[in-house]
Amino acid sequence: MPKPGDYYDVEALYLPEERQVRDVVRRFVADRVLPNAGRWWQEGTFPMELVPEMARLGCFGPTLPEQYGGAELSPVAYGLMMQELEYGDSGLRSFASVQSSLAMYAIYRWGSEEQRRQWLPRMAAGEVIGCFGLTEPDAGSDPGGMQTRAVRTAEGGWRITGAKRWITNGSVAQVAVVWAKTSGEPADAIRGFVVPTDAPGFSTAMIKTKASMRMSVTSELFLDQVEVPEAARLPGARGLSGPLSCLTQARYGIAWGTIGAARACLDEALAYTGTRMAFGRPIAATQLVQERLVGMVSRLGAMQLTAHRLGQLHQVGALSHQQVSLAKRDHARAALDIAREARELLGGNGITTDYGPMRHAANLETVDTYEGTYEVHTLAVGRDITGHNAF
Amino acid sequence: MKIAVLVKQVPDTATRIALAADGASIQTSGIKWVLNPYDEFAIEEALKLRDAHTGEVVLVSFGPDRVEETIRQGLAMGADRAIWVKEEPSGSAEMDYLGRAQVLVAALAQEAEWDLVLVGKQAVDDDAAQTGPLVAALLNWPQAMVVLGLEVDARARRLKVIRELEGATERVELPMPAVLGAQRGLNVPRYPTLPNIMKAKRKEVRQVALADLGLDAASLADDRRVVVEGYQLPPPRPEPKVLTGDPAEAAAELVQLLHREAQIL
Repeated sequence: MPKPGDYYDVEALYLPEERQVRDVVRRFVADRVLPNAGRWWQEGTFPMELVPEMARLGCFGPTLPEQYGGAELSPVAYGLMMQELEYGDSGLRSFASVQSSLAMYAIYRWGSEEQRRQWLPRMAAGEVIGCFGLTEPDAGSDPGGMQTRAVRTAEGGWRITGAKRWITNGSVAQVAVVWAKTSGEPADAIRGFVVPTDAPGFSTAMIKTKASMRMSVTSELFLDQVEVPEAARLPGARGLSGPLSCLTQARYGIAWGTIGAARACLDEALAYTGTRMAFGRPIAATQLVQERLVGMVSRLGAMQLTAHRLGQLHQVGALSHQQVSLAKRDHARAALDIAREARELLGGNGITTDYGPMRHAANLETVDTYEGTYEVHTLAVGRDITGHNAF
Repeated sequence: MKIAVLVKQVPDTATRIALAADGASIQTSGIKWVLNPYDEFAIEEALKLRDAHTGEVVLVSFGPDRVEETIRQGLAMGADRAIWVKEEPSGSAEMDYLGRAQVLVAALAQEAEWDLVLVGKQAVDDDAAQTGPLVAALLNWPQAMVVLGLEVDARARRLKVIRELEGATERVELPMPAVLGAQRGLNVPRYPTLPNIMKAKRKEVRQVALADLGLDAASLADDRRVVVEGYQLPPPRPEPKVLTGDPAEAAAELVQLLHREAQIL
C-alpha cells in the first residue's frame, strides 16, 4: 500500500546508503529535536547543545572531501539529510544550510588551500560556526547594489566597512564570509573575505522581533573599518558569480528541506483528522477534509520526484542554477501551502505550538522569501526560457 | 580481540504483519527491513571492546540479497568487515533454528581465533531466542544470555557477566571464548555517523555460498526437527463499550461490568 508521506515510493530510487543517511538523521530529529521544537521556537532560542551532536553525526559540510572533515555524501543523500532536519524545524535546517552550503562551501569553492585547511575541519567539527554576509539592509533581491566596501590598506590588506542584514547564525558565528565591493571594475568588483567575528570593528545585533523562524538566530552584521590581511580574501571569487554559486548550493538544499516540513505537516494532519470526531465520525471521513489531504499528498509527491531528479542532475554536474531556482520557488511555496492547509485542518489546536503546522507555516514564510524570493526565481527562469531580462 | 557479531535482518517493529496465503509464512512485500534491535546492543558492545582492547569486529549474517543493506548498517556503526552467507530465494526458508545455527557456525569455522561471539538475545521477528544457545552448543563454548553487563579480563581470558533475571540480576563468570546474548540496557548503541555510512560502502563484505561451507539448503531443510505449522494473528480487539447517560447510573453500571465481565472487582 502506498505510504501517504511517499505516495510514489520515491524512496525506492535512493541508494541504500542514501536511505541510511535519511534514517539516521530522522532518528536524531525524532529523539533530540521533536520533543522540544515547540518550546525552543516559543522561546526564540537555537539549541546550541545540538551543534556538537550534529557535528558528530556529520551534518556540517557533509558533501566535502574527507580531508576537510566531510563525508562525501551524494547530492541525494545531502538532500535527504536536509529534508529530515527540516522535518524537525526550518531553523534547524537553516543552521546546517548556512554552515555547509554557504560558509563552508564558499571557503571550499573559492578559498585557497591554506584557507580550506585553516577553517573547514573545525567547521565540520562544529567548533567554528560560520555565517554568510551578502544581503544588506538596502540590497536583498539586487545583491549587486551592495554598499559594503573593501579598500586596500597601505600594508596590502583590506579595510571593510558596511552593514549586512538577515544573516543566519550572525550572532553565534566565529567566522563570517563577507562579500564587499572593491574599487576595481564594476563587473568583477565584488570580492569575498573570510572575517573572524572577533576582529576589531566587527559587531552584530540579533533581530528579535521575528514571528517566523524563531528557532534560528538572525542578525545584522556591522563592519566598521574591519581590517583583514590579503590572505583573508577568497582568491577564486570575482564578481557576483562567487556568492551566487554558494546560493545555488543552499537553494538545492532548500528544495529538499521543504519536503521535510511539508511531510511533517501532512503526518500531523492525517493523525489529527483521523481521530478528531465531529458529527459522530472522524473528520477524515468527510469529503471536504479528504479533498485537502489528497491535495497535500499530491503536491508532496511531485516535490519528492522533482528533488530526486535535481539530485541526479547534480550528481553528474548537469544541474543549472535556473532549475534550482524553479524547484526552490515551487517547493517553498508548496510547503507553505501544505502547512497552512494542515494548520486549518487542526482547527483551534492548529494555532498552537503544541502541534507543528503553525510553527512550520510561520517558518516557511521565511523560506519562501529568503535565498531568493518567489518573484526573483520566477524572473530567473523567465529570463532563461525567453532570453529577455525582466529584472 | 577478534569478535564476531551474529546479525539478523528483521521486519521493522512498526510493520503491520499480514499472513501469506499458506498461513505458515508472512507476506514479505512492503516490509521495511531493519537490523534486529537486540543486535545493535551486541554490535555496540563489540565496538567498545575492540576500542578498549584493539582487535576487530566481524559481522556474520545469513540471508538473501536484501540483508546486505542491514550488514552495511552494522558496518556503518563501526564494525570492520562482514561475512555474508548468501541465502538463495528458494529452499532455505524450510530450515529450523538448528539448521540456521549450523550455517552460522560453519561460517565462523572458516576463520580461526575468535575470542567472543556476540548476538542479540533474541530476534524480534520470531522471538525464538535460539541462535545464541544453539551456536554455543555447536561450538561447545560456554554461553550467557540476556546480558546486561560485561567485564573482560583479556589477560586471564575470563568474562564477568551480569544477566537479567525476572526481578533480579545474576553474576556469572566464564572463560573465553564464549557466546554472549545482548539484552536492552547493556549499552546505548551509537548512531552511525554520515562519514561512517559512506565508509561502510568500501568495507569488505565477503560473500559465501552454502556450498562453500559444505552445506546445502535441501538437506538442512530435510533434517529439520521444528516445523512451523501455521501463524495466527491475534484476535481483533472487541468494540469498546461506551457508557452514556446519567453519571450516577453509568458509574453503577461500570462497577457491575468490571465485576461481571472484566472480573477484576
